[in-house]
Amino acid sequence: MIAPVLSVRNLVTEFDTRAGTVTAVDGVSLDVGPGEVLGIVGESGSGKTITGFSILGLIDKPGRIAGGEVLLNGQDLRTLPEAAMQKLRGDRIAMIFQDPMMTLNPVLRIDTQMVETIRAHRDVSPARARDMAAEALGLVGIPSPVERLRTYPHEMSGGMRQRVVIAIALMLEPDLIIADEPTTALDVTIQSQILSEMQRLLAARKTALIWITHDLTVVAGLAHRVAVMYAGRIVETGPVDDLLDRPAHPYTQGLISSIPSSVPRGERLVPIKGMTPSLISLPRGCAFAPRCPRASETCHNARPEAEDISEARSLRCFHPLEMAQ
Amino acid sequence: MIAYLIRRFGQALLVMAVMATIVFFGLYAVGNPVDLLINPEADLAEQEETIRRLGLDKPIHIQFGYFLAGLTQGDLGTSFVHNRPALELILSRLPATLELAFMGILIAVILGIPLGMIAGLKPDAPYSRFIMAGSVVGFSTPNFWQGLMLIMLFAVFLGWLPAGGRGETVDVLGIPVSFLTWDGLSHLILPAVNVAIYKMSLVIRLTRAGTAEIVHQDYVKYARARGLSPRRVVGVHVLKNILIPVVTVLGLETGNVIAFAVVTETVFAWPGIGKLLIDSIGLLDRPVVVAYLMLTVFLFVMINLVVDIAYSALDPRVRVKRGKA
Repeated sequence: MIAPVLSVRNLVTEFDTRAGTVTAVDGVSLDVGPGEVLGIVGESGSGKTITGFSILGLIDKPGRIAGGEVLLNGQDLRTLPEAAMQKLRGDRIAMIFQDPMMTLNPVLRIDTQMVETIRAHRDVSPARARDMAAEALGLVGIPSPVERLRTYPHEMSGGMRQRVVIAIALMLEPDLIIADEPTTALDVTIQSQILSEMQRLLAARKTALIWITHDLTVVAGLAHRVAVMYAGRIVETGPVDDLLDRPAHPYTQGLISSIPSSVPRGERLVPIKGMTPSLISLPRGCAFAPRCPRASETCHNARPEAEDISEARSLRCFHPLEMAQ
Repeated sequence: MIAYLIRRFGQALLVMAVMATIVFFGLYAVGNPVDLLINPEADLAEQEETIRRLGLDKPIHIQFGYFLAGLTQGDLGTSFVHNRPALELILSRLPATLELAFMGILIAVILGIPLGMIAGLKPDAPYSRFIMAGSVVGFSTPNFWQGLMLIMLFAVFLGWLPAGGRGETVDVLGIPVSFLTWDGLSHLILPAVNVAIYKMSLVIRLTRAGTAEIVHQDYVKYARARGLSPRRVVGVHVLKNILIPVVTVLGLETGNVIAFAVVTETVFAWPGIGKLLIDSIGLLDRPVVVAYLMLTVFLFVMINLVVDIAYSALDPRVRVKRGKA
């Protein structure tokens, strides 16, 4: 097997709140290889965004990374001093945020924000940096990139802004891109355009991509592998087609049944009962047990550990669904 | 843009006209300046001669007619007391007030913005609490008492700085300024600090509130995720966004200091227009009061205009609306 670009082992991120310590990310392990797309799927509050920020070392107080390893090309980022992390952010690991309306600074021109990023990491002249920026904008399909450089974010549509953010992420050819719901705030047509652009650009560069989303349909079309997160833990991982066709975790099954196109027309959708649990008062056993149709006494009292159920898949569940062949 | 400026000037003229009318008749209602101005021992002929010379023998609407006629020729009337054109009298005192006001604002900005940003970035640090406590004190201390305390401390006990007066001045382009000579500067420091303390407290509070809000914006986190240095994130991405409210309030405050520096000018015997206004009101010197207030309105309108222009320099989103406004 090719060495993974990013390997996260037992990552734990905690937040100190008035009500006590909240474990937002609880023992997350994942690997992404070069050119591979890993989809992290989960509901709001499942810890998927915090996982992304933890990898970048951008957890602000009252949060802290309490344990685990984050290995980028074999080097543990958690042991690096802040100055080295700063060099790495935007250069080796780039991040794309959810809301393109809020991501770019409204009072700075596009060129200012692109050039400052390049010059933070590369020793190039401002003129050369501008050329690089224009080239990156052209690459993501922005027409007349040189003129676009002079504009402010508010003069662009949401889709255009997200393209700018993607251009900034790709510009310095990072090893890994973490994309946090980058298409959620966009129209469906723009969303699919951007998805196909991303696929094309990443495949050419062998960049690893972590795509954080709540939308299984996006993952199905884009990712190679999927990790399903629930209440700070990865409950199931596997190759995308296999996992979506034959989910083993009841939560994964629930997510799939909630998609309108997953059931024949006219039949009722099957929503997952109940609400995502508050991280402050997680159940003692499996976090999903209170909502789970298959839960037993064991599930309420003990937490299932991650087990490999096949070569490529792992699972945290005492009562997995039958995986029909 | 030019249409916009013309409209703003039109508004200014209208406000000045309304205000002048109100003040003109208002002061007439307050009392008769003749009672205060004329030596009671003068004989009747002399008294009548003076009244006629000042134009006070005519009914009030005729006096107002003369005033309007004078206005069309740029004549705001002649001071009853000083027997000099009112405008000339005010303009001769204006440089001292402007110098005081701008020095005060300068101190407030140079110290206030950095202190406010420090307090906003680390709201729980002991030094931040100290800054905020200091700003409450600066906010709530009565200006005249604070001035007296400054004189007590620095002029009386320590003897470092003079207690009052303007000191030596140098003419720059025909305008006397005191900050260019050591003697003048030493006279300027205490009154300027007295003006600055309140403004600085205001700037600190505004800056802190703005900083605390903006550091949590996505674009600040995104700037960090791109690997920018903390200095660039705070000094460019945060600072440029907090300047908008600060500029608004400072603009209004500048008008305030210029127009109503009365207290500071009285305490420090600073020969500015604030002192002139108080004296003129006391003596019912109508031409001076009317001219003064007209000038003040003009100043406020101009300052607001400058603030609006500064906005568009700071916030590109304002520029689009300008054309439609």
